[in-house]
Amino acid sequence: MNTSKFLQEQVGSLRPPPGGAHDEPPARMAGAIRRDALTMLHHAGSGHPGGSLSCADILAVLYFRVMRLRPAEPLWRERDRLVLSKGHACPALYAALALRGYFDRSEYREFRSLGGLLQGHPDVGTPGIDAPSGSLGMGLSQGLGMALGGRHQGLAFRTFVILGDGDMQEGNTWEALMAAGVKRVGSLTAILDANGLQGDGRVERQMSYEPIAAKVATFGWEVHEINGHEIDALLAALEQVPEEDAPPRFVVARTIKGKGVSFMEDRQYWHGSVAISTEELAQAHAGLEAGSAP
Amino acid sequence: MSLASVDRGWAPGEAVSLRTAFGQALCETAARREDFVLLDADVASGTGAKPFVERFPERTIQFGIAEQNLMAAAAGLASTGLIPVVSTFAVFGVMRAHEQFRTAVAYPRRAVKLCCSHLGVDVGPDGATAQMLEDLAVTRSIPNVTVLVPADANAMLRAFPLTLETEGPVYMRIGRSPAPVIHDASVALTVGAAIRMREGSDVTIVAAGVTVARALHAAERLAAEGISCEVLDAFSVKPLDERTIIESAARTGGVVTAEDHSMIGGLGGAVAETLVRHHPVPVEIVGVSDRFGRSGDPDQLAAHYGVDAEAIAAAVLRLLTRRA
Repeated sequence: MNTSKFLQEQVGSLRPPPGGAHDEPPARMAGAIRRDALTMLHHAGSGHPGGSLSCADILAVLYFRVMRLRPAEPLWRERDRLVLSKGHACPALYAALALRGYFDRSEYREFRSLGGLLQGHPDVGTPGIDAPSGSLGMGLSQGLGMALGGRHQGLAFRTFVILGDGDMQEGNTWEALMAAGVKRVGSLTAILDANGLQGDGRVERQMSYEPIAAKVATFGWEVHEINGHEIDALLAALEQVPEEDAPPRFVVARTIKGKGVSFMEDRQYWHGSVAISTEELAQAHAGLEAGSAP
Repeated sequence: MSLASVDRGWAPGEAVSLRTAFGQALCETAARREDFVLLDADVASGTGAKPFVERFPERTIQFGIAEQNLMAAAAGLASTGLIPVVSTFAVFGVMRAHEQFRTAVAYPRRAVKLCCSHLGVDVGPDGATAQMLEDLAVTRSIPNVTVLVPADANAMLRAFPLTLETEGPVYMRIGRSPAPVIHDASVALTVGAAIRMREGSDVTIVAAGVTVARALHAAERLAAEGISCEVLDAFSVKPLDERTIIESAARTGGVVTAEDHSMIGGLGGAVAETLVRHHPVPVEIVGVSDRFGRSGDPDQLAAHYGVDAEAIAAAVLRLLTRRA
């Protein structure tokens, strides 16, 4: 069977609308993701706030607009997949999943604790988590494998991979960029949360991967470069369903580490792993509340 | 079980490479099961997978020489319900992509079947780079992973479909050089079960892979000297058939292990870990001492590195001396 052709037809015409109720505007959900991520980081007393906050808008657009999901059936075979390759940002992903109904928000209390559902880095034992991550560089390949699995079996789902700055320094990521470009895996979309700060310093000082848009384009990807905090720009880059036999899509999302919390924005300290005090949490929540009007 | 439909095989005594049998097993099984795909990294001619690649191009995914991507993509493929059979040389599949195998495959229990050729000094002239001597140590220590080591071509015909029937990740060793056929074509293999190849009362030899035939040779020779060796084929290195090994050790009072692998952490380690906990008896480990391999003829290398029948017989005699 020519699965590519089959998929083109499927993707083009029969794709059902996203499942579940989520009428809230993505900007508001991004605020809720930030609020909840900080809450669970506060409970844990460790973890990575900066990179969680930088990808909150991306996750809000994906989980509350773009992805086709059935939260009551987390392993639904035709669901869209998401791999958070920058697994240390899982507080934001957990918040998106809880807000989408995959599990109860009371789980936040035991984030990173023995007996808790929410591991320090993503684990497939958590409903809604499609791939383990936390060791940088393996996410794009796992997403590629999912997309190839869909292609082989004629399943019309999309696969999204959120990459961090650190992922771009891992050789494994470049192997995946090469393969996905050559194989024209159109159902695969990578979003680079380019916040410019990594664990121990600014990216350009540790190991610059620029000019990333040009590099990835030469690997056979369709590249978009946007402000990763602009909801409309994210929607424009992510919503349109691609052809299956087409270049994969790479979205360079320029972001600010710690976005939304004034005292965390673009500050190395808040990469993590750090504790958020009760006072800091209250101040951050108040700031998010004040700035939440879209 | 579906395995019964595999009725071809080789006559005991023939020398057949397990790679050849692997290629045949792939093709035979493909006709019965449509749920697996082969992932190749430009080495199908070397791994024995070539006949499958040629007959089933639509079920082969070529990754080029990029094993880290291949392994993590295998994890993703498996998550969609397909069974990826990863076929490459052990150093690349087990070592280059080791963390991907551990974290992307084994941690979430993805049904990836890692089938590797080029192991031990059996690799021969290619030398140390490809002579992986550490694969059993590093795969069996990863949770959720099943480790299988077929001893001959007939066992391979059964072992490959068994990897597909086994849940979760499986690592399987495939020898490179021609090896004597010692099992009947009808041999039955079960995960977690050793095969008693020969009964004996003085010493138990637990071997895996190409060393099972050598253990049988050693047992034959020692029998002429009045020493009775039991020989177990520890096809399933993990889970290990602890019951059979303990029961045999309790009867014979001493165990020799034999493998074309480092003496550190392989079958010898697995057997010793079992015995020391449940039934301590003297153990001799036959394997490559803590060093790298080198180029040479596989048989000569087996003698040079002390993993041939001679070395196994010598270990049996050492064990008997220790016990006296």
